[in-house]
Formats: sequence, structure tokens, C-alpha cells
Amino acid sequence: MIRLENLTKLYGSFVAVDDISLHVPRGVLYGCLGPNGAGKTTTLRMIAGILRPSQGRVLLGGDDVHRNPLSAKMRLGFIPDRPFVYDKLTGAEFLRFVAGLYGQEGDVVERRIAELLEVFELTSWQDELVEAYSHGMRQKLIISSALIHRPECIVVDEPMVGLDPKAARLLKDIFRQFVEKGGTVLMSTHTLEVAEAMCDQIAIIQHGKIVAAGTVSDVRRQHKAGDASLEELFLKLTGGAQIRQLAEVLGR
Amino acid sequence: MKQPSLAHVLQPKWRTALQRLREERASGGSGKFIVLALVGGAFWAGVFGVLYRILKSLRGVEELGPLIPGKMLGLILLSFISILVLSNVITALSSFFLAKDLDLLVSAPVDWLRLYLAKLGETLLHSSWMVALMAVPILAAYGVVYKGGILFAPFAVLAIVPMLILPAVLGSALTLILVNVFPARRTRDLLSIIALGAAAGVILLFRMIRPEQLARPEGFRNLLDFVILLRGPTSPFLPSEWASQAIMGYLRNQIDLLPLILLWSTAAAFVALGAVLHRSLYAPGFTKAQEGAERFVRGAFWRWTIGSLLRWLPVAKREFVLKDVKLFFRDTTQWSQLILLAVLVVVYLFNIQALPLRRGEPVGFFYINLVSFLNLGLAGFVLASIAARFIFPAVSLEGRQMWLLRSSPLDLRALLWSKYWVGTVPLLVLGMLLTGLTNALLEVSPFMMILSLATMAGLTLAISALALTFGTLYPQFETENAAQIPTSFGGLVFMMTTIALLAGVLIVLSRAVYTYVQSAWEGRSIGVTPEMMLWFVAAAALCTAATIIPLRLALRKMESFEF
Repeated sequence: MIRLENLTKLYGSFVAVDDISLHVPRGVLYGCLGPNGAGKTTTLRMIAGILRPSQGRVLLGGDDVHRNPLSAKMRLGFIPDRPFVYDKLTGAEFLRFVAGLYGQEGDVVERRIAELLEVFELTSWQDELVEAYSHGMRQKLIISSALIHRPECIVVDEPMVGLDPKAARLLKDIFRQFVEKGGTVLMSTHTLEVAEAMCDQIAIIQHGKIVAAGTVSDVRRQHKAGDASLEELFLKLTGGAQIRQLAEVLGR
Repeated sequence: MKQPSLAHVLQPKWRTALQRLREERASGGSGKFIVLALVGGAFWAGVFGVLYRILKSLRGVEELGPLIPGKMLGLILLSFISILVLSNVITALSSFFLAKDLDLLVSAPVDWLRLYLAKLGETLLHSSWMVALMAVPILAAYGVVYKGGILFAPFAVLAIVPMLILPAVLGSALTLILVNVFPARRTRDLLSIIALGAAAGVILLFRMIRPEQLARPEGFRNLLDFVILLRGPTSPFLPSEWASQAIMGYLRNQIDLLPLILLWSTAAAFVALGAVLHRSLYAPGFTKAQEGAERFVRGAFWRWTIGSLLRWLPVAKREFVLKDVKLFFRDTTQWSQLILLAVLVVVYLFNIQALPLRRGEPVGFFYINLVSFLNLGLAGFVLASIAARFIFPAVSLEGRQMWLLRSSPLDLRALLWSKYWVGTVPLLVLGMLLTGLTNALLEVSPFMMILSLATMAGLTLAISALALTFGTLYPQFETENAAQIPTSFGGLVFMMTTIALLAGVLIVLSRAVYTYVQSAWEGRSIGVTPEMMLWFVAAAALCTAATIIPLRLALRKMESFEF
């Protein structure tokens, strides 16, 4: 469903994403892990068609995102890490606007808006301007907007940031059901427990390259990590084991 | 605990400014700097030249000569102070209550006095730099005409600085009180309406008193009253008057230190009083500033009206237009500018009506056609200014939401199309109204009426395209305030290009209009000759090229945007 072929992104001489190739099949929830600045967000933004790759290509359901953007993007729902939305639109108006971008309108859309607002407990806020929403509410609104056109795949950057435990649980359930029905989810996260509990497969990215990929047990096997936790495995692969003693940092 | 220095508190601000300069230089900003320096230099030279001539000629006039320059300086400085109080109130709202660095500063152990002084300095700098720059050629003209010498420059700075501090303290204090009464975002809305209403009122008042009558002999009937008025002080309690007295005293070699002492001691006292007020009112005001978003909006009105009108459009374009219209009318800082716009149109029409044209029939005919023709350039310039304010920022304002537009299957051509027509339709209506009404007031012939309306339509389409394109070529995605976007370098380039276009179209059409006026003058039959047709086609081609080529460039640039 999502295929990355030799994807590279350069910012001047800095290599943000270095020759990444990846295939996320239909019906899989795939997690991208990596330390800050590893290139996860850049990769996801290239998949969403927001950034142009310096080399390589992104295919969504067989369509090249940059050569054939309209049909590729019809399949996609993108959820960014920072919830920037039009402050002077109401929640319902924003969802109607997004549906319009996907060429959808009428009663079907109205029913879908009501349904999504209900699920994310935003119904009582639907006629309020987004400027009055909290960070978490904005995030819920953006998640609703990514689902409004019934996408085939969802690309999501840090999905749990700002969500309360109830909404986080709801989102996990939504993603799980989505992939069970044949959808595809590619998400980046720092929360290793979330990745371990939710993802069918993972890729660990370090300095713009994939350093490990597969199921968690595959990765353990590849790196001879025995039955180490994902956290230990992550620290081993990304050099986090070298962090100084906490006590030294805290100075007590 | 040792408190951080003021420079340290303001470090993020000045470091950001320095970094921006460095980035400009690295990205080949020297061309930009040269253009800005040239335009700024030309403006300075213009102001200096006009004032120099006035002051020089006044020096030769007995009785009034020595009085008027002082009065004039007092009035200029008074108008500066009024502008500064207003702009400080608005700037203080951002720097004291809405700025992004406040959460950090308020939560850090920085004492209230340091916070006050740092933010006061920031407010002063942001709201006064333009007035301070404007004062340079004015004071230079005084210095040169009165032979003030090199020491006049530091003396003038000594007199002007406290005059900038006073409105900054006053403006910040007013904002502090207002925020304690209304929430900050409501206060911003309220202030933008008050500020624009006041500006509109001043323009209207100034125009309606018909200052041009002073230039007529009958205006000098009460000369004696005038001289008596000039001899008295305007108001002994105004800081502008003190600054004016100090400067004029220096220039006449009668240095009086009292006005300077008054200025500096009042400024110091104001800062102290402002700090006391800040100490007791800032904390409750800052808390209140966190509230105040608007609640419960029903958007059905726009859906029924514009939505129904645009039913024929594809849904993506229709939703885009609807969204832009809603955002415009829900943002007070945006729609309130329409007040100023309406006043400018009234003043424009008033000016045309007040022109003394009909003194003799043949001359009248010539002048009417000339005015009607030149009016195209003037109206075009007005439209360009409006386009700079409303159409130029259109793409920049999408910056933060570009993730949505780029990740959705929205065709960028549809985005550009929506932005173009949302800006162009109102501009076209205004352009037609301005041209049609002024021509009706001038009672021009049907030939001139049709020519003007057709030209204005072509020019509006091109101006709109240029505004959108230059806004796309020089985007300001980080600026949240739409009013600041046109003051950028891109805005300047847009205005210069538009002026070149207006000049080009008028030059091309002038041949056709000349032939028409000549035929009418000589009493020959007036018809459209092949030569005239050629000029019309050339003007139309110019407008079409200035519409299509920029829009294509804008599309290409938009496709290369990365976020």
C-alpha cells in the first residue's frame, strides 16, 4: 500500500533522510521509531506530499505521490504532529471544508461529520471557533478530518501527543479496527509502549537511515537481543545506552 | 538572587533579529537592501526637499516668517505623538500580553521591573522606529535651513527621545488598564476598530475643512487673527511643544534648557508611574489575557448566501471561497480596514468633485478628459494599495495550514483560482465604482466612460494577479498579523511593478486619447480609427500578459513550496 523507494531528502549539505526503502502492506499498522532529529517527520511529510524528495519516490496504492498527486492523495489521511487549523472556523466548518477538498459534500458528509464529532466527544463544541479549543481538542479535530473521506491509508506523526488517556485509547481502537478492515497505518512515535502494544511491524530510524525493520521479535533476532524489551533494543540501536547517569545530570 | 540584565531578557529578540539579517545576507539580500535603501533614500530626499523649500521661503517673509516654522514643527511633533500613542497601545497589547515569549518570562524568576522595562523597550522600538525615521529628514531640513551645525544632530536626538518614551509609557499603561477591563483578544478587536475609526475620522475631517482654500487670497482675510494665534503657545503642557521649543531655541541660538529638563523629567516620572501601575495591574491583566476566545458561531448565513450563489462551482473551490470569506469577516483586524477603505473612497470622490474645472467650455472639455484619463492611474494606484493589503497576504496566511492543503488532493490551480477571484471580484466592483462615479461627476463623454471602464477592468485583473503572485514569490509564512505582510520587501516590489504597469498602460492609451481629444477640439467627427484600435489592442495585451504570466509563475512557485 505504502512503498518508499530510495527516498532521500537533503537540506543543503545536510542529509535528513538517507536512501530509505520501505514497504507497508495493506492491513498493517507500521511504526516508525527513532530519536529526535532522526528524519521520521521528514519521511512522513514526503509521504504526505508536503515535502518533495531530493531522490527516490513514494507510491501510495501504486500512484506516485509527486507525479500523480491527486489520485495518490485521495487514498491518504494525514495527521501532523502540530495541530495547526484555521482558528476562525468552527469545528464542524473545518470538517466540511476538509471534506470539500476531497470533493465530498451533501448529506453523506453531514452524517459523517456528526458521527466523527460524536466519537471524539466534540459534538457540544461543533459550533465554536477552533481558537477556543484546547491542544487535545484540536488534535482530535485533525484526526477526525483525516478520517472524514474514508481513506485507505493513514500517515500519522506522533498520534498520542496532547490526547487524554480516554482519547488515546479510542485512537488505538480506531487504528486497530481500521487495519483489521484492510486499511494501512504508518505512524511515528516516541512512546515505545505504544509501538510495542499497537504496531504489527516497526522500523527504527537513526541519522536518516533505517537501522532495523520487521516485527519486534524479528528485530530482536536480527540484533541478538534475546528477550530484551523494545526500550532496551531501541537504546542499543540508537546509542541511547551511552547517556550519562541521571544522578550526574540532576547534580544531586 | 542576582537578576538577569535587561539585555539578557531581550536576548531572544535581538539574537533573532541579528540571525534574520545574517540569513538575508547569505541568501543574496544585498539586492534587496539596495532597493530598500534607494526607495527610502528617495522618500527622505523628497520630504527633505519639500520642507527645505518651505522653510527657505518662509525665512524671507517678515512678520510670519519667524513664527510659522516653530508652529509647524510643534504641529508635526504633536501629530507624531498622537500617532505614537495609538500605535503604542496596539503594540503594547502584543508585546505585554500576547507575545510567545511571555510564558517563559513570566514563569522565570525575572522581577516585575525588569519585565516591565524590557517589554516597554520592545514596545517603544516596534512602534516608534517608523516615526523616528520620518523625523530624520524633517529635522535635517530645519538643521540645514537654520545652519544648526553638526552638534544639532545629537541635540535633536536629546529632544526627540523623551518624546518617544512618553507615548510608549502612556500607550502601555492604557493597554494595561484596557486588558484588565476586557480580555486581551477582545481588546485587540476593539482597538483595531477604534484606531481605524479614528484614522478615518481624521482623514475625513481634514479633507472636509478644504485646506486648499488657504491657498486662495480670500483665505487671508483675517491675517491679523492668524498672526495673533501664531504668537501664542499652542499648549504649554504638551511634550511636543517642549521639544519644538528646545529645537527652535537651539536653532535660533537661544538655548533654553527648561524644555529639555521638562521633557526628560516627565519621561522619567512617567516610566516610574508606569512601573507602579504595571506592578499592581500586570498579573491580573496577564491572567485575563489568556481568556476571551469567541464562542458559538453559526456559519449558516454564508452557506445560504455565498454558498448558494456559488452552487455551480466544484465543491473544493466553493468550500475554499466560503472559508476565505468567513475568515475575513470573523477577523476584526481584517474587516475593520474596510472602514478606512470606505472613507478613502468618499474622500477620493470628494476631491474629484471639488476640482475647479468648469471655468470655460473648451478648456473644460480638455481638462475633463485629461483628469478622467489621469484618474485611471490614480484609481489604479488606490486599487494596488488595496490589493497589497488584502490580496498580497492571501498565500502567506495559508502557511500554517499548508500541511492540510498539500496533503489533500486539492489541485493547486484551484487554490490559486479561489484566492484570485476572492480578491479580484470585490476589487473589480470597487474599481468600476471609482471610475464610473468619478467619470459621472466629471460628466465625461460616452467614449471616455467606456474607455475608462474597460481599462480599469483590465488593470484590476492584472493588479490582482500581480499582488497574488508577488505574495507567493515572497511569502511570509511565520507572520500571523496580516497587516504586517504587505510592508515586506515583496510588497514593495509589487507596488513598484504595478506602478510600472500603470505607467505602461497609460502611455500606450495616451496616444488614442490624444487623437480623440484633438478630433473633438478641431470639431471633426469622432470615431475609432485603426490607429486608435492598435493602441487599445496593445493596452489589452499588456494587461493580459500582466495577468497570465504572473499567475503561471505563482503556480510554479506554489508547487515548489516545502513545509
